Amino acid sequence: MQLWESITIALRALTINKLRTILTMLGIIIGVAAVIALVSIGNGVRQSMNEQFTSLGTNLLTISSGGRGGRGGGPGGPPGSQEEDTSQDDLLEKAAEPLTMKDVEALTDAAQTAHLVGIAPTYSVNNLSGGVVYEQEEADDVSVTGVTPDYAIVRNMTPEVGLFISQEDVDRRTRVAVLGYEVAETLFGTNLSSAIGKSVRVNNAQYEVIGVLPESGEGGFGNPDNTLLVPISTAQTRLGNSGTFRGSLQVSNIYVEVDSQDNMDYAEAEVTAVLRERHRLGTEYKNDFNIQNQAQLLEFGDTLATTLTAFLGSIAGVSLLVGGIGVMNIMLVSVTERTREIGIRKAVGAKRRDILTQFLIEAMVLSLFGGFLGIAVGYSIAVVLPMLVTQLSSTVVTANSILLATGFSAAIGLFFGVYPATRAARLRPIEALRYE
Amino acid sequence: MMSENLVVNAEDLVKTYQMGEVKVHALRKVSLQVKQGELLSIMGPSGSGKSTLMNILGCLDQPTSGQYYLEGTDVAQLADNKLSQIRGKRIGFVFQSFNLLPRTSAIANVELPMIYMGINRGERRRRAVTALEMVGLGGRIHHKPNELSGGQQQRVAIARALVTDPAIIMADEPTGNLDSKSSVEIMGIFQHLNEEQGITIIFVTHEPDIAEHTRRVIRLADGQIVEDKTIANPRRAGVTEATPLEGGVHQPSLAVQGAA
Repeated sequence: MQLWESITIALRALTINKLRTILTMLGIIIGVAAVIALVSIGNGVRQSMNEQFTSLGTNLLTISSGGRGGRGGGPGGPPGSQEEDTSQDDLLEKAAEPLTMKDVEALTDAAQTAHLVGIAPTYSVNNLSGGVVYEQEEADDVSVTGVTPDYAIVRNMTPEVGLFISQEDVDRRTRVAVLGYEVAETLFGTNLSSAIGKSVRVNNAQYEVIGVLPESGEGGFGNPDNTLLVPISTAQTRLGNSGTFRGSLQVSNIYVEVDSQDNMDYAEAEVTAVLRERHRLGTEYKNDFNIQNQAQLLEFGDTLATTLTAFLGSIAGVSLLVGGIGVMNIMLVSVTERTREIGIRKAVGAKRRDILTQFLIEAMVLSLFGGFLGIAVGYSIAVVLPMLVTQLSSTVVTANSILLATGFSAAIGLFFGVYPATRAARLRPIEALRYE
Repeated sequence: MMSENLVVNAEDLVKTYQMGEVKVHALRKVSLQVKQGELLSIMGPSGSGKSTLMNILGCLDQPTSGQYYLEGTDVAQLADNKLSQIRGKRIGFVFQSFNLLPRTSAIANVELPMIYMGINRGERRRRAVTALEMVGLGGRIHHKPNELSGGQQQRVAIARALVTDPAIIMADEPTGNLDSKSSVEIMGIFQHLNEEQGITIIFVTHEPDIAEHTRRVIRLADGQIVEDKTIANPRRAGVTEATPLEGGVHQPSLAVQGAA
């Protein structure tokens, strides 16, 4: 018997009891829709995480003071750098030297060989009293950071209006400020240009606003929109007091941009070598600084998102499994109910294989058709969900998740259809015909 | 024994069932020969083994021992799939309860055996229409069983049985669920098919009324053939008054054997 005949027979059988067919499909529809929708959330999170990391600059190394296991700067060590960790496990620890402007100079000297295209030291001012004030308005919890002109390049920041901090500002330790979008909005409203040239008060000193940064969205760690940038020299000596170490001013972090992503590991090694020499660390000592590799962070984020996607997907998979059991249940009922039909078919010449394929195809049609409807429903949910849940910036339905859901529902039809179909095929015709 | 025109050639058929602790002897060495074009009935009270015999002759079941040649082919110990194939091509069934597929049109029901033979759609349709016309249902091919009377349903079943051009049609109490008028019609169709088309037909029944329509009557009791007689002048369907029976035991080619 041709396959087409089997399909026709199966389709006719399914249309006879429409309500039951639809209810059975519903189990599969919900399962597949859940898989598609939840996996799309996972992928959406991955995408927005990638975007945020990329906006920070993918070719970025962040150097902070303190060895591993020390107070270490920045968010927890990315897994990519863990080999380095273990390789230093049996080394001695030395009291960490702070990063200084001398370190920055040493890196600048090595820039050519280490493929560095930008070196931006920053100094975070911690001893602020009160916020940033303009007339009656005050912006709270603003992070005030001293930077150099390279910071704009390294962190992909171009002021929306006005100018960025210049080398001249750094050299002359001028009292100028570049405002983050949120700070500017709090103090001056949405007309950003009106901020330029005004004076804001920080720690009882007046700073002239020379630029406002564009809105970054709520990206990255800490909120880059709620920030105020001043020349690094001003931050070190006027606004805060960095103190000196071996006659050189201290810095909080050094951001280093590498010319290409391929050179990241090489550059990291070069920077490490330069700093170890500068800090006079013998081979028996651990690093007393911490280098965070943006590429590794990206990888880490990706791993995180993959785990999340797998987690959500497997929860949805459970409901798909339940749907599959529903298909099996209905197929078993159907075999019992149609015992006589099976007997008739066998009496007029149906072979075991014919009966087997007929019931198998019924189960497959149930789950595949349910699967297609489920894809449509899941896709709709994925489209509508970001509109309802504001925290979720986007969802991504990939071809993979659709293929996965389709394949999975076909597999479920096959798996849960085999048992009832085998039972039907094994029925002996005389007994099946006698069945009332 | 391997005569060319023997459709059924069964030797020493034995069928025993195990019912719990008890062994049931449904058939005890039954031998039977049926020639091409015969119209015969197998009679007997319930429990006589006539249904078992029909199942074996119809290739729905296998004998415990004994030989069964259907058109010269040994089918006694064939595998399940092989039997399905033979049933589909060489045997037509007509049952007491019609056994049509519900919610399926008359023509689709008649096409059913041909689907499993792998005959293409056009050919199937053509042959099904012809078969339905032969049983006088040419005008109702798209009716579903629940839209047809009992007699009409049985005609659909007959059309389904003969559409594959089988060697035998096995009819199990074909008029059991019908009123007397429909019964006469159905018997008329069978007789007509037998006479005009030369189709071999075996009735299995406990109603003497049906057996009267056949030239040969075999009586079964306790799993054995106890009588095999020829009716010289079988009753014509539609003729109400009983035709006098001219008895006589039909002996030549068939051995009536008792065994224990």
